[in-house]
Amino acid sequence: MNPIFKRTYSYLFLVPAAIIYFVIFILPTILSFFFSLTRWTLTEWEFIGLENFVTFFNEQSLSIGFKNTLIYAVVTSALKVVLGLLLGVLLTSKIRTKDYLRSVIFFPTLVSTIAVGIAFSMMMHPSQGIINTSLAAIGISGPDWLGDTRLALLSVALVDVWKGVGFATVIYIAGILSIPGEYYEALQIDGGNAWHKFWNIIVPLSRPATNSVIILAFIGGLRSFDLIWTMTKGGPGFTTDLIASIIYKQYQGGFYGLATAGNVILFLIVSALAFPLYTYLNRREVDL
Amino acid sequence: MRAVGKLGFELAGILFTVVAFWIPFYFIIVNAGKDVPESSLLNLSLPSSFRFWENVKTVVEARDFMLIRAFFNSTVLTVVSIAILIVLCAMAGYVLQRRTDRATPVFNFLILAGLIIPPAIVPTIWVMDGIGIFKTLFGLVLVEVALGFPFAVLLYKGFMSVIPREVDEAAVIDGCGGLRLFFGIILPLLQPVTATVIVLSAVTIFNDFTNPLYFLPGSDNVTVQLTLYNFQSQYVTQYNLLFTNILLITLPPFVLFLIFNKRIVSGMTAGSVKG
Repeated sequence: MNPIFKRTYSYLFLVPAAIIYFVIFILPTILSFFFSLTRWTLTEWEFIGLENFVTFFNEQSLSIGFKNTLIYAVVTSALKVVLGLLLGVLLTSKIRTKDYLRSVIFFPTLVSTIAVGIAFSMMMHPSQGIINTSLAAIGISGPDWLGDTRLALLSVALVDVWKGVGFATVIYIAGILSIPGEYYEALQIDGGNAWHKFWNIIVPLSRPATNSVIILAFIGGLRSFDLIWTMTKGGPGFTTDLIASIIYKQYQGGFYGLATAGNVILFLIVSALAFPLYTYLNRREVDL
Repeated sequence: MRAVGKLGFELAGILFTVVAFWIPFYFIIVNAGKDVPESSLLNLSLPSSFRFWENVKTVVEARDFMLIRAFFNSTVLTVVSIAILIVLCAMAGYVLQRRTDRATPVFNFLILAGLIIPPAIVPTIWVMDGIGIFKTLFGLVLVEVALGFPFAVLLYKGFMSVIPREVDEAAVIDGCGGLRLFFGIILPLLQPVTATVIVLSAVTIFNDFTNPLYFLPGSDNVTVQLTLYNFQSQYVTQYNLLFTNILLITLPPFVLFLIFNKRIVSGMTAGSVKG
């Protein structure tokens, strides 16, 4: 690059953003590796080696977070992929109401998670909530959605899907619309039916959309905090605690070293799963 | 036969949205209009007398007009964060797209990391406390800027690549320096992305709960999401007021949605689908 352009595209333009990004995001991330090895009161620290991590793995109320976080991330991202794909196909077909349907399905994405969480907690009330009273009307006695230890995590995951499926759907719509028309023409000449169109054209060729939905939903699921915190606060007991809610509880309790160790663990899990997933999915991408 | 099948398809779609989406919203709205005993039944029946206005007044006046302060704080937070995000991310996107050298992969990696890695909470508090911006609105603004930076930069970088380099060259030949080229020519050309960044960040920052919870604790300077969260434990017996609060807080994103529906959708899908 010639010197004039080096001056025109000076790295000085980067400086203000870089300072904020470094001080508020990168520096704390680096520091977290050190502070996770300490007993920490914010004013002073004592180096205790890997003790925080040992506690995290041994204490049952903490280690349950690993299992729950994985279940939550897998369930929400799988449902978002399946429902998003089906809704995406429906909303790119020739139906007249697709603008209406797309708007309605997408709107919850923009509503605050706290509001959604509170409203659904009310609707999932075991005796009075409208979900169970409706089920009772057709003769089914509904479960205690948020109070049953085996069900509570899945109930919250379903609300997460309700809120997030609109986003997955619009990604799929964009992906499906970018499939060139020749494929459909070729299918018509070969006499394929609607199933062939779905399974042999739309599913493989909307692969980039699938990859985006999986990655975004999976990372979002691993980091999820506000919905579970509004709806169950990790309860009943610790049965719905996610790593992020455990971090908050330890922070509230003043166990800053332990909370930071939780952050480091979340960091490692997210990077260990997200980066390989990213490379793997991109390698298998079908070229149009 | 096909026409009948298609009609059935459409009706099924509409029925699905009614059950899955309209009923929850209807539930919030009718219960925001009830009095305390009626709302505690948590059902879908219409209120015997509509009390929307009384409920709104009670919620707004609660705890010495806390909700008004919260709306003010959230508005300041959202507007200032977005203003800073736009200028800084546009500048960064401009340089990062135009320049490729040995540092480029490092920058790309740092931006990707910002999209994936969860922020380290307590060390961030420690750093902010050290420079005296913990528990301040200004500090929270910087947090929103830092966390919004990776996505906004990617949007700007993507759009920079459609602005031809000839534009820059012509400007430089005419004697423009980098600053004038950027602020006078490039930034106005980036206007479509800027609009997208504004709408998307407005929704994200206004709805943000986790960051105010950690970085702006205390009851004086709450944001709207924090008031709603606090009202949840305060109004355990007054569901009508809780629903009124939800309704008030959902109003701003709803208005944005009505005006910018298409732009929000295209912005959110930008970059996630190659095509």
